[in-house]
Amino acid sequence: MSEFADVAIGVWTLRWRRFRRHRTGMASLFILGVLVAFVLAAFPLQYFMGIDPDVTDLFARFDPPSAQHLLGMDEAGRDVLIRLMIGGQISLLVGVLATLVGGIIGVLVGVAAGYFGGRLDGVLMRFTDGMIALPLLPLLIVLGAIDLTKLGFSSDFAHSGAAGFWRIVVIISIVDWTAIARLVRAATLQIRERDYVRAARASGGSALYMMGTHILPNIATPIIVSFTLTVGRVILFESVLSFLGFGVVPPTPSWGNMLNNAQELVTTAPALAVYPGLLIFVTVIAVNFLGDGLQHAFDPRSERTP
Amino acid sequence: MGRFILRRSLQALLVLLVMSFVIYNLIGLMPGDPLDVMIASNPGATPEVVARLRAIYGLDQPILYRYAHWLWAAVQCDLGFSRTHSQPVLEVLAPALWVTCKLMLISFVISVILSLMLGISAALKPGGIVDGLVSLGAFAGISVPVFWLALMMILIFAVKLHWLPASGISNVGDGSFRDHFVHLIMPVATLALANTGGFTRFVRASMIETLRMDHVRTARAKGNSEGRVVLVHALRNAMIPVVTVMALSFGTLFSGALLTETMFAQPGMGKMIYDSILSNDFNLALSGLLFATLVTLASNLMADLAYGWLDPRITL
Repeated sequence: MSEFADVAIGVWTLRWRRFRRHRTGMASLFILGVLVAFVLAAFPLQYFMGIDPDVTDLFARFDPPSAQHLLGMDEAGRDVLIRLMIGGQISLLVGVLATLVGGIIGVLVGVAAGYFGGRLDGVLMRFTDGMIALPLLPLLIVLGAIDLTKLGFSSDFAHSGAAGFWRIVVIISIVDWTAIARLVRAATLQIRERDYVRAARASGGSALYMMGTHILPNIATPIIVSFTLTVGRVILFESVLSFLGFGVVPPTPSWGNMLNNAQELVTTAPALAVYPGLLIFVTVIAVNFLGDGLQHAFDPRSERTP
Repeated sequence: MGRFILRRSLQALLVLLVMSFVIYNLIGLMPGDPLDVMIASNPGATPEVVARLRAIYGLDQPILYRYAHWLWAAVQCDLGFSRTHSQPVLEVLAPALWVTCKLMLISFVISVILSLMLGISAALKPGGIVDGLVSLGAFAGISVPVFWLALMMILIFAVKLHWLPASGISNVGDGSFRDHFVHLIMPVATLALANTGGFTRFVRASMIETLRMDHVRTARAKGNSEGRVVLVHALRNAMIPVVTVMALSFGTLFSGALLTETMFAQPGMGKMIYDSILSNDFNLALSGLLFATLVTLASNLMADLAYGWLDPRITL
């Protein structure tokens, strides 16, 4: 058993070594670490400094930065810094959750289409192509505008912050799974005809066993890269939808909905329009560079090519 | 060729049909009801009157029946009446479509030219300084939220510098060519910048791959100048995957146009769809969304045709 364990460690050590030499990849990993620390700093700020993200003070509107409120106050007299932190928690959480849900849909569709082939493949891929062709943002807006009470949810739930949060996770994940599905299908097709897979099938491995044991572990690396890149795209979708008023709804802050009023405020308080957008920008670019670095690290050929 | 076009058109039509059914149902799930406005403006309406109105407008029928009814009318070019504009939907759609097409096409052409120049210069020396800078810029382009980019443009060029107007397509009372042009600069620049990033990455990757191929080495060995090798021998082959990606990006381009139009108050399709959803203008929202889908499907079909034209090895 031990020799196999050594081999497994060897691959990941090699990948980690390659990743460490990828400067932008390492830099983005560091930046993402700082961002996570930043959004988690909301807890000490809230409990030890006693700053509440939802308490409004109309006498403190647009107050400039002070020792108590490091980035000043917004249009309703709320602390900007803590709202940026909590909004970041929401935005990052939506990014990760929607990617996981959508990614699982994509992996299932892709591996089923690639493994079974034939008519199922045809139907699933036509469906995926149809989804890819659609203009996603207008569709997301319609999905975001759906009245949950008409779907049988209680009015209390439909207007709660939790509903806004889960709604956006669900609608983004049912729209953004196509890229992963295509990728997984293509990778599955490559693996399916390998000799060891055929041998396993010939010795009577069930379809589920084949996919779980022989196919998915061998296409894990492109899936990881694709998931990473999807996180960036999802964060952008979330910010856009929340900005347009169809995503995370106030008073719950998100980086997107903090820009809701920014358009009118851009003349009076430009800083309020700059911070949240800059954070989205930095997060997404770091995630994309991380994906790039992972791709480099996972590609055995990248040793030779610059 | 003809059969290919026919088959793909039929496929596109099928997607459109499925989409129309899905969107019809989704729009029925949006808050409010087509009768709400009539009831609100008529406080004396009793439940009996409301029920009779429902029957008149067919709202008491099952949704499948209503959809079939709508589809039958739509096939005959009757898309209904826009509530907020008090005009037939088609008359609202046509001018909006023109604004969006103008915005999208100009931005598309600019980003194609920019991405070709940037992508090729990066691919000439992978890992060099130019490549590093171009890649950084391209990553920034795919990572920036379009609406925030628009906001920053407004902040810098309209609010701080007073160089460009922040919204609209022309000043009231003006409307000269120069006036229209000045109003287009920021929306076009925003949309083009947002698209150039992705395109550049594809051009670069495809170009690097092509430049390593044997036929390029042969072209060099025959004594062609480097410029000719890159721009003629390599570029044409590198363009094949790039063209597909560019044409497939029309859906994304439309999403970007929606944001750009909303931010800069351009009366195009995107802003119209957004406004119609906000104001429960069901007919307009439905037709607008389907039109957007139609435009995307048509551009995808053109991508396939361009593919066959660029690559003689492929017979359609």
